[in-house]
Amino acid sequence: MMEISVNAQAIAYLVSAILFILALKGLTHPASAQRGNYLAMAGMVIAIVATLMGSEVRSYGFILAGVAVGGVIGTVIAMRIQMTAMPQLVAALHSFVGMAAVLVAIGTFLNKQADGLLNSVLMGELSAGIIIGAITFSGSVIAFGKLQGMISGRPVKFKGQHLLNALLAIATIGFAVHFALTESTVSLTIMTLLAFTLGFTLIIPIGGADMPVIVSMLNSYSGWAAAATGFTLQNNLLIIVGALVGFSGAILSLIMCRAMNRSIFNVVFGGFGTAGVEGDSAADDAMQKGVKSAAIEDAIYWMEDANKVIIIPGYGMAVAQAQHSMKELMEQLEARGVEVKFAIHPVAGRMPGHMNVLLAEADIPYENVVEMDEINPEFATADVALVVGANDVVNPAAKDDPTSPIYGMPVLDAGKAHHVFVIKRSMRPGYSGVENRLYYQDNTSLIFGDAKDVSEGMVNQLKGSAH
Amino acid sequence: MPETLVALYIFVLSCFIGYWVIWGVTPSLHTPLIALTNAISGIVIVGALLVTGLEGVGTTAEIIGFFAVLLASINVFGGFLVTNRMLAMFNKKKK
Repeated sequence: MMEISVNAQAIAYLVSAILFILALKGLTHPASAQRGNYLAMAGMVIAIVATLMGSEVRSYGFILAGVAVGGVIGTVIAMRIQMTAMPQLVAALHSFVGMAAVLVAIGTFLNKQADGLLNSVLMGELSAGIIIGAITFSGSVIAFGKLQGMISGRPVKFKGQHLLNALLAIATIGFAVHFALTESTVSLTIMTLLAFTLGFTLIIPIGGADMPVIVSMLNSYSGWAAAATGFTLQNNLLIIVGALVGFSGAILSLIMCRAMNRSIFNVVFGGFGTAGVEGDSAADDAMQKGVKSAAIEDAIYWMEDANKVIIIPGYGMAVAQAQHSMKELMEQLEARGVEVKFAIHPVAGRMPGHMNVLLAEADIPYENVVEMDEINPEFATADVALVVGANDVVNPAAKDDPTSPIYGMPVLDAGKAHHVFVIKRSMRPGYSGVENRLYYQDNTSLIFGDAKDVSEGMVNQLKGSAH
Repeated sequence: MPETLVALYIFVLSCFIGYWVIWGVTPSLHTPLIALTNAISGIVIVGALLVTGLEGVGTTAEIIGFFAVLLASINVFGGFLVTNRMLAMFNKKKK
């Protein structure tokens, strides 16, 4: 293969870094986003080709095999994955970055050891790469299990949890220091195993509904892991990209935490609430608790002549795969001259922007999809607010009940609409375990059933009635 | 200036770029943002190539490197393609 000089390679890396920055910048608006993705692809191709053409890479057999197998697996997964499974996919991909960073660090250690080039600084950087990578890996595996429903989404808590994590962290760092000073392979191994364990014990206590924060946080870790690898290999491109990704995830975590009015510390160490026990019969439960239940016809009656309907999707919509019937419902209503908007809470769903992707999948124009701060003033003028599988994000207690555990969390003002219909499977409270005061309001009625069945029922009714 | 310090300079300045660029991302694209950053963190593939392709690399390191290349490739291919799929949905022509 044609070889390029170190300087040419450095310039290529610089071009690649610029392309990545422009790619992220492209996500400022949906219209420029796809071009951004192509820029990032170009950046990646340039980085890989420049690396392969550099003088350091001499043997290609294993590389080609790895790229071929990984490329096929990645392509097949990306093409087949359902949009509702996006949080799981992202968690899985994070785990791969983490593991790759661990492997690169160990491989680098073996290579440098063979050449007698080890020193304490290098081994310290290697340790950082391994520790962050390992935590990213096992943490993401747990997150994947929870999102996929393989592990209970409830917070798993036990006594002495924080003490255990603290001890694990101290021990991990202790072995890292010992390794950096003595080159001890035993310490390296123990440190690696401890770091894997730490990722596991850090994420297992966190409940399913806190996943938007956790997915963002692991996204951030995967960036820091890449940056640490960059320090080890003295590769500036990895450092730049790692910092970009690390900060991206960190900012998303922050945005998610703000949207829940909780500190990141509270999310990671708090283990918020436990899911309530499922009631026997949803309608009976509702009667006892003094909420109104309504039929599909009642909702249609108010919606078809409305001026404005605001739909609030939540995780329940994703679970029921109801996004496509939402689109049909929107079309049917729009055909009757009703203005339909979708109100998105930042932590609705299981990852940042989860609802937006599902609505986009269903071809709902992004102009109709409005973020919380923008839509909140509009509820007062809306005839109907239709809550589809969302819960805590519409609880008025967050605004006016200082004793509520979710007090202070910014919420959607669904209750201010003239009529509120909530599609719900049961009276089970949301993840916070807090009763939703919205359900007891005079203008609120609950429609019990699966989000998809109910919304399809609505669409059929609308199709049936002439207009 | 020692190389590690230069690396630190680059790291810190890149953090600032990341900070400013990411705050500009529209909330509706947060999922594609995660998918895209995920794909570009597949840049560890560069590290994996350097480990695997080293002249006279030992067998153990070569095998470890192979798996690193494989995993990073899944990320690069899977990450970019799934991001593209998502963004195409956002980009559909309006009726």
